[in-house]
Amino acid sequence: MLGVGVCGATWAGGELVSGGPFTPLFGAKGQAPVDVEAFDLDTYPVTNGEYLEFVRRVEKWRRSKVPPIFSDAGYLGHWSGDLDPGPGGGVGNRSPVTNVSWFAAKAYCASVGRRLPTLEEWEFAARASEDRTDAVDDPAFRERILSWYARPTGETLPPVGSTFRNVYGVFDLHGLVWEWVWDWNSVLVTGESRADVAVDKQLYCAGAAAGATDLSDYAAFLRYAMRASLEARYTVRNVGFRCAADLSPGDTR
Amino acid sequence: MRGIRGWIGVVVLCAGMLPIVAGAKVSGEERAVLTSPPAVPPPIARKHATKLIVELEVRERVGQISDGVEYTFWTFGGTVPGSFIRVRTGDEIEFHLRNHPDNKVPHNIDLHAVTGPGGGATSSFTPPGHETVFSFKALNPGLYVYHCATAPVGMHIANGMYGLILVEPEGGFPAVDREYYVMQGDFYTRGGNGDPGLQPFSMEKALREDADYVVFNGSVGSLTEGGALQARVGERVRLYVGNGGPNLVSSFHVIGEIFDTVYVEAGDAENHNVQTTLVPAGGAAIVEFVVDVPGTFILVDHSIFRAFNKGALGMMKVSGPEDKVVYSGKQDQRIYLPEGGAVQKMPGRGANAPKAESAAERVAMGKVVYETNCVACHQADGAGIPGAFPPVAKSDFLEGDIDRTIDVVLNGLEGPLTVNGVSYNNVMPSLGLSDEQVANVLSYVMNSWGNPGGDVTPEQVAKRRKK
Repeated sequence: MLGVGVCGATWAGGELVSGGPFTPLFGAKGQAPVDVEAFDLDTYPVTNGEYLEFVRRVEKWRRSKVPPIFSDAGYLGHWSGDLDPGPGGGVGNRSPVTNVSWFAAKAYCASVGRRLPTLEEWEFAARASEDRTDAVDDPAFRERILSWYARPTGETLPPVGSTFRNVYGVFDLHGLVWEWVWDWNSVLVTGESRADVAVDKQLYCAGAAAGATDLSDYAAFLRYAMRASLEARYTVRNVGFRCAADLSPGDTR
Repeated sequence: MRGIRGWIGVVVLCAGMLPIVAGAKVSGEERAVLTSPPAVPPPIARKHATKLIVELEVRERVGQISDGVEYTFWTFGGTVPGSFIRVRTGDEIEFHLRNHPDNKVPHNIDLHAVTGPGGGATSSFTPPGHETVFSFKALNPGLYVYHCATAPVGMHIANGMYGLILVEPEGGFPAVDREYYVMQGDFYTRGGNGDPGLQPFSMEKALREDADYVVFNGSVGSLTEGGALQARVGERVRLYVGNGGPNLVSSFHVIGEIFDTVYVEAGDAENHNVQTTLVPAGGAAIVEFVVDVPGTFILVDHSIFRAFNKGALGMMKVSGPEDKVVYSGKQDQRIYLPEGGAVQKMPGRGANAPKAESAAERVAMGKVVYETNCVACHQADGAGIPGAFPPVAKSDFLEGDIDRTIDVVLNGLEGPLTVNGVSYNNVMPSLGLSDEQVANVLSYVMNSWGNPGGDVTPEQVAKRRKK
């Protein structure tokens, strides 16, 4: 575990995700696998409690203060007040924070000396089951993920840590909330996400099969589709985030 | 509709394939009336095209797909199929797609009535808690499927995200007495058909096109009993029939009706006197018929195992006076025996049958004889079939003289007979059983279904045979 002090906040680091090669869902035909460098990923998604500490420190990210350019009107919409998550925060404010824009998630991670994971880092870590670093070819693993995607979000989200711990020690990559990543729209867009031609090519009816490397990985299709539906200022009740960091030179884990 | 469409067709040809309504004047503004299946919004009364606002909300919700089986449906408007949308050719539709905040995934809509990229899908990609708006002009009349086209498209459709939008021709359709909305869909669950509880979507089965349920209007039994479609004798019925798929093509048929008009694939082509019409996945048909006689008419996908084993079965209940000329009802029922009506003798057999060593063995061997020779008429529970075949369980006939019973099994029986107060008039053939077999089967009957017990020996049978 590494500790980083920023602006008086102390951040305990997350889990080591030893990198490696993998073929993303929307890899170009014939493209070599992508290499993911080892990185540090939060054990859990950021909770309402942790986010409360953040908005206490940084006034401009409070609900009443956030500029519309950085967030739509749903920002922290499940909270009772600027500094009060209320019942929407979950027991002990341990439910993952949601209804935050990409800008807000990015600002939070920066405030603790970290950053959002990249799309490829997140997807790489999310291939792991309890005991395998790459369980994507396991139909049971896929179907478990898919069955969560297929269920509507409940009134209150469960606390972090309530789903499975993968082989890296990371919890809740599947089964709790969707998560923002640094370049959530990088696969699909060069400009505005919904208007980009790559979206029709890869995600709509006629083209949904064209660019993908694994047509039966419906769970991954859903994730990419979810990300593609977002804009950076959007807030969604089931989209949260966690932070990551490059490994420091002295990290010998 | 035929005349109007034919007239439009002529105009189009003369105008050199110009869009039919490109220049039509649009006036006013209205909010579309949406209905849940099987209801259809009222015909459009206005004589002009208008700006029409359609507001459709996507809800992901758990519902019943069959008795005791739940499924998480993704819906347009809360139902499967989604709300029926009715517009007029030339209308300019402002479409609002709302994705409820509690939903898990983004959705969009591809309406086959839209002329434009993605049928609207490129402009309606909406994450939970958001709304998108786009507009289109209804250029071509017809009945069109709409569906979600968000990746993975197959899964969104398999979860129920489809419905119908009707674009009425100018002047509308000819009036009918009843209009209904019926849409087929196939479903894929982790468990098999009927496995209870909340069943998740099975991607594996969907890829194999191995459907667990094939249903009309979103669930097994949605159009039966209380949900049955209703009509009165003499009424003209129009069904707007869609097929959401995702995989299967429907052979749509109404048992006991002939479609006097089918708008083939819901286009301009009319066919008449059709028994079964194909409805493609992602397509539709309009069928019309007059109900001439009362009764229950069964709607099926005539790929018939889907109807009787997977749920593709609905009902239309027609009430009103009989017309015995059109359909008489059952006039007679009798047994058909190719050999003629007299008592027949089955080919002789059983001479080499093994002999029972004890009363218990006799009963056990008699059970086999019963199941081979008697069960089809007298039934496994000995209850017979009221009015056709008398019971052998708790039968007062058997309480009488045992010799009389032995004679029946040996020789058969024909003619009027009263058993337990019920009259029968039928024929039982002589079965050609050996003395041993007759003794065994009668011993079995006497010791089954609460009958009083006792036994019959081969010697008793032999004595009767000599008479």
